[in-house]
Amino acid sequence: MQVSLEAEVPHLFDPQTDGEAEMTEQITGAKALVLALESAGAEIAFGIPGGAILPLYDPLFDSTKLRHILVRHEQGAGHAAEGYAMATGKVGVCMATSGPGATNLVTPISNAYMDSTPIVAITGQVPSSMIGSDAFQEADIRGITMPITKHNFLVTNPDEIARTVAEAFYIASTGRPGPVLVDVAKDALQAMTTFDYPDKVDLPGYRPAAKPHGKQIREAAKLIVAAKRPVLYIGGGVQLARATKELKQLAELTGIPVVTTLMARGAFPDSHPQHMGMPGMHGTVGAVGALQRSDLLIALGTRFDDRVTGKLSTFAPDATIVHADIDPAEISKNRTADVPIVGDAREVITDLIVAVKAELDAGNQADLTGWWRQLDAWRTVYPLGYDTPSDGSLSPQFVIERLGKIAGPDTVYVAGVGQHQMWAAHYLPHEVPHTWINSGGAGTMGFAVPAAMGAKFGRPDATVWAIDGDGCFQMTNQELVTCALEGAPIKVALINNGALGMVRQWQTLFYNARYSNTDLHSRRVPDFVKLADAMGCIGLRCESADDVDATIEKAMGINDAPVVVDFGVHKDAMVWPMVAAGTSNDDIKVARDLAPAWDPEEL
Amino acid sequence: MSKHTLSVLVENKPGVLARIAGLFARRGFNIDSLAVGPTEYAEVSRMTIVVNVEDLPLEQVTKQLNKLINVLKIVELEPAASVSRELLLVKVKADQQTRSQVLEVVQLFRAKIIDVAPDAVTIEATGGSEKIEALLRVLQPFGVKELVQSGMVAMGRGTRSITDRALRPVERIA
Repeated sequence: MQVSLEAEVPHLFDPQTDGEAEMTEQITGAKALVLALESAGAEIAFGIPGGAILPLYDPLFDSTKLRHILVRHEQGAGHAAEGYAMATGKVGVCMATSGPGATNLVTPISNAYMDSTPIVAITGQVPSSMIGSDAFQEADIRGITMPITKHNFLVTNPDEIARTVAEAFYIASTGRPGPVLVDVAKDALQAMTTFDYPDKVDLPGYRPAAKPHGKQIREAAKLIVAAKRPVLYIGGGVQLARATKELKQLAELTGIPVVTTLMARGAFPDSHPQHMGMPGMHGTVGAVGALQRSDLLIALGTRFDDRVTGKLSTFAPDATIVHADIDPAEISKNRTADVPIVGDAREVITDLIVAVKAELDAGNQADLTGWWRQLDAWRTVYPLGYDTPSDGSLSPQFVIERLGKIAGPDTVYVAGVGQHQMWAAHYLPHEVPHTWINSGGAGTMGFAVPAAMGAKFGRPDATVWAIDGDGCFQMTNQELVTCALEGAPIKVALINNGALGMVRQWQTLFYNARYSNTDLHSRRVPDFVKLADAMGCIGLRCESADDVDATIEKAMGINDAPVVVDFGVHKDAMVWPMVAAGTSNDDIKVARDLAPAWDPEEL
Repeated sequence: MSKHTLSVLVENKPGVLARIAGLFARRGFNIDSLAVGPTEYAEVSRMTIVVNVEDLPLEQVTKQLNKLINVLKIVELEPAASVSRELLLVKVKADQQTRSQVLEVVQLFRAKIIDVAPDAVTIEATGGSEKIEALLRVLQPFGVKELVQSGMVAMGRGTRSITDRALRPVERIA
């Protein structure tokens, strides 16, 4: 029976060779766990100790390879691990004790699951003899996280710690990446074992496909050169696969327009003439129109999410679908694919380039001039834009636009969730891959500050700006204390409209402007400048357009402490364009009650 | 909706049943019947799952099942190319007047009496779901005091085993 297919552990996971612990030397399970994390290539872990995981923190204290960052809330540890992973492409690590420590990781684990971010969460568990007895700080975290992890483990035998860690890192980082949780019983940490980090993992039920099927690639290439209104619909998988160079090649080879989803911003430069912007509920008219009128969608590393498709039955009605994803379950899940391709995005695009070249060499090439005329008309007539508030108050879009201009495209931008996130997606310069970090699928408010912290630890030489809302910021800002004490001088642009802005926007549009429980009063309380100061950060405030540049430049000049800039902005600013939830992309509005004219003759 | 029988080979590890049951529940698929047991390999268990879905959702559920790390292989068993059985234990009222009639039914269905009490008998029967249903219909008038049924177990016909590639594997549909 062929159930033991062995997989090579990637180079990253070279076994420990410096003899710190010989294979026969008796060490505690906790020490084995530290050595295993080091062997897996972990350099940094975010966490908080507690009873069940205490044995681990003792040998961790001595590790010179693995730095532990003591956060203020386990949710912060999880988001920091995500931010680290998204900024570096490496596996992020977070740890927590049993019970409430572990359950506080649930939100970031779920977030990582939705956005396919590779993280490994280590949790302490009550001693194995007490599991199932409702012991103090016991929670079945393996059971709780089953639906939101790529895989999880409960380890009660110290001899299995090293192998489990190797498997966890392998699963988290390969195929479609995702979160893996390793729950370790306290007695397994305390018991004696020997350390033996495997150089191979044996996971017979896990065989991620990487290489796409040649026949499907050739089929796709034929469609690509023949289509009259093709669109490259690019998702986060292209970033995860590090396939952005190949994407640019394919796009330029074919001349096909590109749209990048929220998770793919930066995968293709905004400034590129073939870039039509972000599609979706708050997409540009050009991007949404391109998808809707397309006759061929080349969907790469994307999953036809409802925020992109709008009402599914009316999405891109005339399009033939080429859908490539490393996860076979995504293909034909929401929209049936005509040419399904299972494979790593970089492999897929590389093979597509070869196959398309062959078609072009054979003289097969459709004329896209008419298509581009229409696309250009849409983006000329309906560019992104915003009104400057008539009452002289600060426009949030203006703040974000200026921040992008001054901080530049190489800055790592991290957003929370809501209006500020959508404005950041539109108005920042998304030119460089892996410099846009946000919570997409899960929509986790409070993501920005801890994720920015993780990104800063992963890329200490980069400037890291969090763009956060006042609602989000009040959920997780305590990690600024961690940033101040542990040396992570991130910068936070607080887009403070005193309200839960996106919810308020929906109330404006769909609930007769009845603002039930969305007014946070955060223009008055708390005083964010004082709060920043209290947390060991520099607090700045800006309330007029004239001061925006100077304030941003001042913040850019501070590199020895985190900076929080409280931008007091106009309360009624809204995110446009917008496709109302559950409606067709065809019903996109560029402003309230203002629909674009689709027919090119009317332009 | 149509019934599909899936044979699922899984690693014999703690929590696997919870992973599979949880997946069906959270993705909104109903399990008609589920049977789990050991196989010819100690490290592998086999589940026979009967689901009532259309073809497209079936493809989605098998793909999602395949994503579970502990799932080794999934094969859909076509009714014409497989054999399937269920086990029934049923306790039926049987006193002086009716006992001989009950025994006659048992014989007709090639079932067995496995326990006898002064006013009841316990019957064991195996077969496809139609036979089990038919038997129960005939026994009903005598008075069913208690019944328990296993999930369906099924296996492909012929010499091939589930590890042969020739059987239709659902795992690489895309």
